[in-house]
Amino acid sequence: MKQVVQAGEIRPPITHIGVIGWVKNNLFNGVFNSILTVVTLFLLWKVVPPFFRWAFIDSAWHTTSQACREAAGACWSIISMNYRFILFGFYPYEQHWRPFLAMMILFGLLFYSRDRSHWKKPLAYGWIIGLFTMGLLMKGGILGLPSVESTQWGGLPLTLLLAVFGLTAAYPLGVILALGRRSRMPGVKILCILYIEMIRGVPLISLLFMSSIIFPLFLPEGVTFNKILRAQVAIILFTAAYIAEVVRGGLQGMSRGQYEAAESIGLNYYLTMRLVILPQALKIVIPPTVSILISAFKDTSLVVIIALFDLLKTTQSVLSNPEWMGFSREAYVFVAILYFLGCFSMSNYSRKLEKELSRGD
Amino acid sequence: MNIEKKASEGQMIEFIDVHKWFGEFHVLQGINLSVDRQERIVICGPSGSGKSTLIRCINRLEEHQRGRIVVDGIELTNNIKNIEKIRAEVGMVFQHFNLFPHLTIVQNLSLGPIWVRKVPKKEAEETAMYYLEKVHIAEQARKFPGQLSGGQQQRVAIARSLCMNPKVMLFDEPTSALDPEMIKEVLDVMIELAQEGMTMIVVTHEMGFAKSVAHRVLFMDFGKIVEGNTPEEFFEHPQHERTKLFLSQILH
Repeated sequence: MKQVVQAGEIRPPITHIGVIGWVKNNLFNGVFNSILTVVTLFLLWKVVPPFFRWAFIDSAWHTTSQACREAAGACWSIISMNYRFILFGFYPYEQHWRPFLAMMILFGLLFYSRDRSHWKKPLAYGWIIGLFTMGLLMKGGILGLPSVESTQWGGLPLTLLLAVFGLTAAYPLGVILALGRRSRMPGVKILCILYIEMIRGVPLISLLFMSSIIFPLFLPEGVTFNKILRAQVAIILFTAAYIAEVVRGGLQGMSRGQYEAAESIGLNYYLTMRLVILPQALKIVIPPTVSILISAFKDTSLVVIIALFDLLKTTQSVLSNPEWMGFSREAYVFVAILYFLGCFSMSNYSRKLEKELSRGD
Repeated sequence: MNIEKKASEGQMIEFIDVHKWFGEFHVLQGINLSVDRQERIVICGPSGSGKSTLIRCINRLEEHQRGRIVVDGIELTNNIKNIEKIRAEVGMVFQHFNLFPHLTIVQNLSLGPIWVRKVPKKEAEETAMYYLEKVHIAEQARKFPGQLSGGQQQRVAIARSLCMNPKVMLFDEPTSALDPEMIKEVLDVMIELAQEGMTMIVVTHEMGFAKSVAHRVLFMDFGKIVEGNTPEEFFEHPQHERTKLFLSQILH
């Protein structure tokens, strides 16, 4: 009892000890850690300044390839002189404003959709109109816009198209598959299990090959499907199977009491899932879901194997131009930065979403 | 058996020779029970005796395999529409509250009315606030369940059921998961509910509650209703050996 009474008088141990104290406690506490710290500092000193010099000081920014070869540092000219082709591929040069505008609409919509309080009916209409406008801009053929065949689409718009449609279509499909796999109806259940296991059993590359080479063999003479569409479907089907398994994990984490409480107030299966189970289950699996979405985003680069010119392929094309051969480091660093921006914003957004949704815990 | 009352008009719930098995385990062994409107019944018995299963059969959280169960004139069959109709009329309070953790308290309460009864949102929230007042917890309306104590959560759960304006309330050990100091606040709400004439079936070991509000106390053991009587008779003159043994164990 005495301890309880005195508890108020005991101060918590001092934990704030200033910079020097922090350095001492975290970097030099013991012989081994001190050695590690010194070695790390040495490596940083060896690596960082030369890189900085290569990338920013000795580098050529907007020159001919000839000038680039004489410079000691990075040749960013390969980007600045070729960025139109890297970003838009074989899309007609004078029409580049169209995919550019389409991308801006997409970014605008994505940016506006960040805030959950905007998730209302007008936003849905906004997306429908936006997607329609984007398609119109890309394809053309009316309103005085010259028609551009999808075989000429390429670069960043193609990557974004495959990724955005792939992810937004794969997610609901995955949720439906997960629910189907837990269904009490044996037919539905078996179909879903078969689907998930078969798709997960093959690499994405083989699915893409199938969609581009084998699938047309089954079509009657003269009937063709758009190549981009076929790749898009392959990506959706592939990603959905993985999402389904992650979501199933979330569903299994739900206690029976939640189902019973929902049922006991008279909610039917659909409402129980929509209002009670899925909001909780999907929240639990945000981290693994985002991993899948991120890897699916990067996997869109595999469409090079069926000769679609996505961002990575257009970059490689520039590198195969004799004039710019040998500057692959700079080109790949640039592409890596673009991919990183995409992936990092996804992971950042997911963290924000998780935080917002965890208010109730 | 004296628990079988004569069938009369307006019976709320009727069990006729109901059997249920969990695999090989015969959990309900021929239950006959009829509950009048506004009647309050307390069911007690050792764990595994089938008392929870019995009341969970009433809103079909468990399926019975033989016999008939009729709730408010509707027989429970595989007809899913009937089941949903009955569930909307029968409120249930669980041992572990089972509030929806991702919704605020007022959202927890208005969910059923809005989606099942198609009540406009504003009206549903007003009803929710009315019942929150009733369970003395209106000031917590905008919080999430995780921010409330066990006793408060259980009162919210009771209010959630009441929002559906049920004809019967089922309580499945409503105070068993609570810390001792919170039991009273929940029982008080239940007593108020009883005074308003709600039909109630309560599985509980709170014998004080049974004495003060129940019309009948049933004792279950091994899947059967061993005996049932008015609280006075039940506690003063238990008929069966097993009832006596059970009472001696819980009434120290």
